[in-house]
Amino acid sequence: MSNSSDIKMADAPEGFTGEGFFATKLDTVVGMARANSLWPLPFATSCCGIEFMATMASHYDVARFGSERMSFSPRQADMLLVMGTIAKKMAPILRQVYEQMAEPRWVIAVGACASSGGIFDTYSVLQGIDKIIPVDVYVPGCPPRPEQILDGIMKLQDIVRSESVRRRSSPEYQELLASYNIS
Amino acid sequence: MALETTVIQDKLTNKFGEHVTGFIQLHDIFSFEAAPDAMSEVMGFLKNDPLLRFNFLTDICGVHYPDNELDRQFAVVYHMHNWMDNVRIRFKCFLNGDTPEIATATEHFLGANWQERETYDFFGIIFKGHPQLKRILNMDEMTSFPMRKEFPMEDGGRTDKDDRFFGRTQDNC
Repeated sequence: MSNSSDIKMADAPEGFTGEGFFATKLDTVVGMARANSLWPLPFATSCCGIEFMATMASHYDVARFGSERMSFSPRQADMLLVMGTIAKKMAPILRQVYEQMAEPRWVIAVGACASSGGIFDTYSVLQGIDKIIPVDVYVPGCPPRPEQILDGIMKLQDIVRSESVRRRSSPEYQELLASYNIS
Repeated sequence: MALETTVIQDKLTNKFGEHVTGFIQLHDIFSFEAAPDAMSEVMGFLKNDPLLRFNFLTDICGVHYPDNELDRQFAVVYHMHNWMDNVRIRFKCFLNGDTPEIATATEHFLGANWQERETYDFFGIIFKGHPQLKRILNMDEMTSFPMRKEFPMEDGGRTDKDDRFFGRTQDNC
């Protein structure tokens, strides 16, 4: 074990410590593990995608939050980051990408366009990706700075950390998916 | 010796008579109007005539004039370019507002395929004889033609946008 102080450890969750044992809830352990190794799937269509490239490069370094590698396959990804204008013609493709992701899956809408259509208030642009898939975190900005995207990822980590392991099989969650016609 | 616009005009009027009208120099481009029935022959003449040699089709696009009389509510605009003399030309064909139909230009230029599909997609202008006239940029399920003036530009399904912040009053949304 290194004594060096620049290694940052995740805080231990709440629990009972005794001699040679530590007891806590399964939820918190699973949540901690999930939150600190989110595999991102970038779905970048425009300028927010450029900001995300800066976010994942060495200067801002999203890897500090456990996102070691971009997953360009939806089947091995936890966190879908939608960055940029989504035209209505592209909506079925985004939806298919979301459907191909395995549970548990989370979605961040990065920037004004993905969140609400942004300035593109027009017939050809989807007015926010939450019209077709459920969204967990919205990052404002046009485009947002890398710090804002990182803040959005940290907000999502909070959600992931506190999520119950049973949430994905709950009737509320099934209902949410059913409202988007996703089975 | 550069290709003079008077030469172009004389050759066209000699060949097509009253099918070509309204010759005018607009800024740096020589323009005229052609009858829609004669479009294909005019384009073929401009392309193949040994003096005119407009060998390149720069663009095809549509225009909607809903306030014109019924026979002139749509226009198709053709831009051509002579690479040898570096001269450009533009001509318009006006079409009926209820049945906007014109012959395809793909028999002269294969590149017209994309441009005519785009014009069909946005204006609903039918190019007779086009090999595959279907939507190219918009969704296939779309039933309207969005660049027609009566089409509302805003998405009718939007729920979270306050028109006051988009410079719109209640009347035009």
